[in-house]
Amino acid sequence: MDTYHKWIAFYTMMRKDVVRIFRIWVQTFLPSVITSTLYFLIFGTVLGSRIGTMQGVPYMQFVVPGLVMMAIVTNAYANSSFTFFQSKFFARSIDELLVSPMPPWLMIAGFVSGGVIRGVLIGALVLIVGLFFTGLHLTITNLAIILLFAILTSLVFSLAGLVNGVYAKSIDAINIVPTFVLQPLTYLGGIFYSVNSLPEFARYVTYVNPLFYLINGFRYGFLGFADVSIWTCVGVLAGLILALIAINWYLIKSGLGLKQ
Amino acid sequence: MNALSIKGLTKTYGNGVQALKGVSLDIPEGDFFALLGPNGAGKTTIIGISTGLVNKTAGTVEVFGHDIDKEPELAKTYIGLVGQEINFNPFERILDTVVNQGGYYGIPRSEAIPRAKQLLTDLGLGDKMESNGMQLSGGMKRRLMIARALIHKPKFLILDEPTAGVDVELRRGMWDYLRKLTSEGLTVLLTTHYLEEAEQLAKQVAIINKGQIIVNDTIDKVLAMHTDTGTTKEGFRGSRLEEVFLDLIRENNN
Repeated sequence: MDTYHKWIAFYTMMRKDVVRIFRIWVQTFLPSVITSTLYFLIFGTVLGSRIGTMQGVPYMQFVVPGLVMMAIVTNAYANSSFTFFQSKFFARSIDELLVSPMPPWLMIAGFVSGGVIRGVLIGALVLIVGLFFTGLHLTITNLAIILLFAILTSLVFSLAGLVNGVYAKSIDAINIVPTFVLQPLTYLGGIFYSVNSLPEFARYVTYVNPLFYLINGFRYGFLGFADVSIWTCVGVLAGLILALIAINWYLIKSGLGLKQ
Repeated sequence: MNALSIKGLTKTYGNGVQALKGVSLDIPEGDFFALLGPNGAGKTTIIGISTGLVNKTAGTVEVFGHDIDKEPELAKTYIGLVGQEINFNPFERILDTVVNQGGYYGIPRSEAIPRAKQLLTDLGLGDKMESNGMQLSGGMKRRLMIARALIHKPKFLILDEPTAGVDVELRRGMWDYLRKLTSEGLTVLLTTHYLEEAEQLAKQVAIINKGQIIVNDTIDKVLAMHTDTGTTKEGFRGSRLEEVFLDLIRENNN
């Protein structure tokens, strides 16, 4: 396969998944919009009015980047984990890819692309919802940082979801990680609070949570400040991407959980 | 040139079952080759390894001279596979199932769509292109899988029990279609439990039992092996290959 044919193969996988995402928009787009609206309403408006400001900015403005990031993380992860699991178990249509001349890295790119697109699109939708709650006043310090963190965080969790999809032997295994790992990490990653407001021990625990760096990097793009250096956030992001690409490449190349 | 060349192929599954015990097999280009054997003999394992669905334990496999370990992507471009199990997304339009498969081989949609429509029409699915896979009957699903396997114009078509559960009329229609394809130069590897099918179609036959090839010859020579005793003995039911097959398997099992 030359570069042109590889591009066609990648485009086919991406198009197929994007068509699916839009076809079942009630299951893909709507839940995150409704959930984030509730979060904005409860944490932003009801509780936020009592909190006042966080690190010098209105609480609603502080919380918007975190909630956008939460939507990105959960959707990017769910998309690739479920898409892969479905093709592996429900119809065994993964064979269509395994018999094709697509190299492992291209299959990974194809599977991950849908998750990245879904994550970024839903992030944008949640941001639009957030604008209504901030009275259309949302500080944007660095648009490039915002886009970089939105796209690369989608990539990280799409890759992580793919690992989950490859390993999963039942539909329960697809739900366990988001419920018992991803959700706590997201909540404890600083969506609703600054790490500076935590006691010392809890602060150190937060520092080992990778979500903390992604949320803070994203927030930096909006507010111009973060709990840690933006370069540390970029470093964590890059490290996660490289590690997850390597894991996925090994899994798909060796056929672990895919081939007998 | 051999379409498929297998040497010393072994496969031991994770549960310890040794499915293949040093299988060697050559399928010449342009041949219609039938690989026969009882359930669990190793036919699907050979196909799985040749197409990249199963990891081998040892041995070498070459497709049109390309080693599946050294040049897996190139080797795969030659093969079209119709698997034993129904393995397409049942929620997808069947036209999309075929067109997308073309995409995985690098065929752009502008080229894949007319080709897919032609294949589906040739296989009697012209009026079902907009249907979902789940709306098809068993025979239609099999034909869809053949169309999908042919979208990238492979030189080597592998059919793993393609007529299982297909009625006689449809089965004969599929035979005619396969004959047409081989007359155009396509190499075919067929596994089937309908031995009259192999008798009708194959030029070359191999019989595998317990992971080892016990016979590999032209159909005429295989049929000649037991014809005299086979056709006259009690219980003969009409298929000469069936009698040969049963005698060879019984001999090999003893």
